[in-house]
Amino acid sequence: MYQFDYHRAQTVAEAAELLAANDENTLLAGGQTLIPTLKQRLAMPAKLIDIGNIADLNFIKAEGDAITIGAATKHADVAASPDVAKHLPALAHLAAHIGDPAVRNRGTIGGSLANNDPAADYPAAALGLDAKIHTNKRLIDADPYFTGMFETALEDDEIITEVTFPHPEKAAYVKFPNPASRYAMVGVFVAKTPIDIRVAVTGAGANGVFRVKEMEDALSSNWSPDAVTGIKVPEDDLLSDLHGAADYRSHLISVMAGRAVAATM
Amino acid sequence: MALVSMTVNGKPVSGEVEGRTLLVQFIRENLSLTGTHVGCDTSQCGACVIHMDGKAVKACTMLALQAEGSAITTIEGLAKGDDLHPVQKAFKENHGLQCGFCTPGMIMTAVDMIDRIPNLDEETVRAELEGNICRCTGYQNIVKSILDAAETTPA
Amino acid sequence: MSTTGIGQAVRRKEDKRFITGAGRYTDDLNRPGQTYAYFLRSPHAHAKINGIDLTEAVAAPGVVSIFTGSDVAADGLGGLICGWTVHSKDGSEMKAGAHPILAEDTVRYVGDHVAMVVAETYAQAKSAAELIVVDYNVLDAAADVGTAQDGSAPQVHAEAPSNTCFDWELGNKPETLAALKNAAHIVKLDLTNNRLIPNAMEPRAAIADYDSGTDEYTLWTTSQNPHVARLVLSAFVGVAPEHKLRVIAPDVGGGFGSKIFIYAEETACTWASAKIKRPIKWTAERSESFLSDAHGRDHVSHAELAVAEDGTFLGLHVQTKANLGAYLSTFASSVPTYLYGTLLSGQYALPAVYVEVDGVFTHTAPVDAYRGAGRPEATYLIERIVETAARELAFDPAELRRKNFIRTFPHQTPVIMNYDIGDYDACLDKALALVDYDGFPARKAEAESRGKKRGIGFSTYIEACGLAPSAAVGSLGAGVGLWESAEVQVAPTGKIEVFTGAHSHGQGHETTFAQLVCERIGVPIDDVEIIHGDTGRVQFGMGTYGSRSGSVGMSALAHALDKIEAKAKKIAAHLMEADAGDIELKDGVFTVAGTDKELAWAELALGAYTAHGFPTSEIEPGLKENAFYDPLNFTFPSGCHICEVEIDPDTGVTQIANFVAVDDFGVIVNPMIVEGQVQGGIAQGIGQALFEAAHYDETGQLITGSFMDYCMPRADDLPDFDLGFTQTDCPSNPMGMKGCGEAGAIASPPAVINAITDALGVRDIKMPATPARVWAALAAPSPSSD
Repeated sequence: MYQFDYHRAQTVAEAAELLAANDENTLLAGGQTLIPTLKQRLAMPAKLIDIGNIADLNFIKAEGDAITIGAATKHADVAASPDVAKHLPALAHLAAHIGDPAVRNRGTIGGSLANNDPAADYPAAALGLDAKIHTNKRLIDADPYFTGMFETALEDDEIITEVTFPHPEKAAYVKFPNPASRYAMVGVFVAKTPIDIRVAVTGAGANGVFRVKEMEDALSSNWSPDAVTGIKVPEDDLLSDLHGAADYRSHLISVMAGRAVAATM
Repeated sequence: MALVSMTVNGKPVSGEVEGRTLLVQFIRENLSLTGTHVGCDTSQCGACVIHMDGKAVKACTMLALQAEGSAITTIEGLAKGDDLHPVQKAFKENHGLQCGFCTPGMIMTAVDMIDRIPNLDEETVRAELEGNICRCTGYQNIVKSILDAAETTPA
Repeated sequence: MSTTGIGQAVRRKEDKRFITGAGRYTDDLNRPGQTYAYFLRSPHAHAKINGIDLTEAVAAPGVVSIFTGSDVAADGLGGLICGWTVHSKDGSEMKAGAHPILAEDTVRYVGDHVAMVVAETYAQAKSAAELIVVDYNVLDAAADVGTAQDGSAPQVHAEAPSNTCFDWELGNKPETLAALKNAAHIVKLDLTNNRLIPNAMEPRAAIADYDSGTDEYTLWTTSQNPHVARLVLSAFVGVAPEHKLRVIAPDVGGGFGSKIFIYAEETACTWASAKIKRPIKWTAERSESFLSDAHGRDHVSHAELAVAEDGTFLGLHVQTKANLGAYLSTFASSVPTYLYGTLLSGQYALPAVYVEVDGVFTHTAPVDAYRGAGRPEATYLIERIVETAARELAFDPAELRRKNFIRTFPHQTPVIMNYDIGDYDACLDKALALVDYDGFPARKAEAESRGKKRGIGFSTYIEACGLAPSAAVGSLGAGVGLWESAEVQVAPTGKIEVFTGAHSHGQGHETTFAQLVCERIGVPIDDVEIIHGDTGRVQFGMGTYGSRSGSVGMSALAHALDKIEAKAKKIAAHLMEADAGDIELKDGVFTVAGTDKELAWAELALGAYTAHGFPTSEIEPGLKENAFYDPLNFTFPSGCHICEVEIDPDTGVTQIANFVAVDDFGVIVNPMIVEGQVQGGIAQGIGQALFEAAHYDETGQLITGSFMDYCMPRADDLPDFDLGFTQTDCPSNPMGMKGCGEAGAIASPPAVINAITDALGVRDIKMPATPARVWAALAAPSPSSD
């Protein structure tokens, strides 16, 4: 790692001020992606602003027909939350299968969404459930939030504070892990909310998480695995690597989508 | 340099560290507790697993300063004097280790797993070991050790 | 009966330190005033170095010194060596270029050593290395073993035209070719044995400390054979005189072959510690392990098996290209030749075998022994082609094997080996019973009803291990003898120290060697200490690899104990005023036959050192003996592994549904430890078959450079294995042991792939049979997938 300063922020306002003060300053939440990146000397921040201990960012709230989760809430806490289990079991399942148990004790939902790794799990839930991403400045809908691989609508000095998920009527997440890294090679989140039906895919897209309109339309008229297993996502926009070429990933999207729908039934 | 203080294996400790000093470096180099190992640089092997405030974490994927004020348990702090922890005993009894390098992380992960999950079965144990790699044992006796310890540990 | 003797599942003495965090591995050690080394490595697979500018780097904070190849050359150090000379068909010696410790004018693989930066901290050394400016003239690379011998391929070493180190042959060529010409059936198969990265969980490390007052060097390092390291560093590289160099391998976190070899890093640290007169510590990051630990396997082969109408095997012809990487590592040349070709007769009475192996240089990391070393490659080849023959000729795979089993011993194969003993039917029968072979069709049908494809695959393997005997390996080109030594020192209180040249890095020698002492002397196991891994304490030794520690190392201990017992009986006779021939030793007590006289072991030991009234012309005081043991033959463990897989056709995921292994290791000292060795070996073999592959792109960049891309088997990838044993005692050593460390890795890959090809109904699938490959095979069934 290169040299950097470390500062533990007590409030979001303090963190925001430090973040705005220098382009080279970076937020640190759980650090489960950032620290390995720093170890590889792939980033050279001036100061790490640790927001992991800010009490206002650590909570899970069930209010009305939505669940709101503070940005610094750990995956393990989401997985173990009775509220999440009751209203959004698909999200509890997703959180319980991110990384490994030790990673889940440190990694955060806000960190995952801010990083927007193309193989991360949370982006699929956020896009699949039409989550609202609250920041210290504004509220961003999931669709415009995800702008590409490792790219989001966040401005340089913007901090995610919490994420609101609506209670879906039906939802499920099924992933096919990369055999080596165990990140999602293909992860499909399907959801039926009072407003719409969504199918979000992570792990496979060349531009990060994406929705599959054709599957959503098919599910609108027929909520069954058969409705989606025959739909192929074109290979052109999919990742291709050592572990799975685009044709295989395309195939897996159909299979995982079918399994996700089946899991809701 | 900055001062960091925490409790390690029940003892208050502090030391001067850089911002970039990893928790595992602080434990191994400043405190000379070398039972916590480093087996990879991508947070996957789990040789560095310790407990922070009662939860299993990878000490190679945390800064020492992030642990400020926390209570840390390493493999050296698991036994009560000469009385081995039931998981330590089970690993010996069931030949759950060969070269011993992954063992501290395996044991710390196992203790966390047993504390957290009632009625462990083989499939759950294998899934919970996702973040711990062993090259020697083929995992069979590690799984057996954990299931054995889970049975003998009072809930 | 002793509860700590031979055959008992004694819990391991060494475990206490490992389960409490008190193990001491090389990186756990520190020396006062130590510095830290970081190695600047080539980012290119092949480049000329026009120049290295150190100006900025030497001025960086904390830098003590920076060394490059020109510094090494200026000191006249030799390069790293290969200790086994192989000859080509025309009788010429293998051809290889120099293997410098630090690159001189050319780098030959990504990870090749360009400079060593020594600084006050590791972070400072690493930062300073970023300031070194290397002027590279990047050249095309020969990264693929299949094409590296083409005329147009870039050359790795000028000394080895067409990148061919050797073209070696073994066997009876005319008979083999005649058999193939006349046979009713010829079964042909093209196979790839995938390249693996050992990945012992402890990365390699070294601390070198030079004492300027005594001119003595001490090197603590992650070695499976510290005496061999000392010999190479002194006699061949010339770092230090042998008597001034002490090499210590403390607790070592797994080896699997990768820590046999003498590498640039520990060599450079030892040499440079005298230059700067301070200790130097180096520990590999995992990413460096991927780049620079010697890799394993990497063969491309074509095989043809001649089979008579009735299923009798008549001859086998094998042509193999073996990747050696960019330089010849310590035992690289022996692995694809004498550890491979000599096993190609398998368990079968093959009258004719002819094997041709090209050893090929490529711009990739050196390739050397990895668990099994040559024998997995041989077993994969023969067990895959035999299974293919059974399918093509419509034989039951078990019965075709049985039809061709060797049943009389000793058996001379056409490829050097003289099998001393075995009972292949017994292993097969037991494995068939354990797997419930008769029930397989029902299990397959049941799987089908769940939408899964189930297959079964066999592997009836043989291996040669207990690597030794010296005369044999010497005649085949080894530069060393492969005996082992042991020394037994009895203290005046009766406590026993055993010094062995074998090295334990997971095998449990501190327990099993002590069991032999308990068996022979009858002392409590806690009164026995096994000391290993230190050239300053152990007289000499060849180390641990090739499943040799039991059959060779413990046999040496048995001989030393013979001498101890003989002398102790003389002393007992003197002390009890009896005839030495009447003295018996049982359970730690000496008795005189026909009397009630007795003497406890501790009393005897004290007597040996007080030596009062000894007839000193007949009995020297003290009780300490040593032995150097060289066996008569290799040992030949054998067995039968059967794998059942279930494949999900939707995803291509293969699950090991059932894995049965029945092995004949001869006498077993500790069944708990032996089972652990087999389980670990099978896991590595399944890793090769399903998960692991080192993948270089066409420019020679390693694509699988971390655990993110190199798939290590995890707990949830594997089932419990169902193990069984049969026993024919090895007649070639006093222990009756054969060796168990490698069998799992040798036997299991073909069993897995035979099961997958059975399930899929395809002729071949490349290892690792990843979900993507299996899915592709299902999507487009063809004679050869991928």
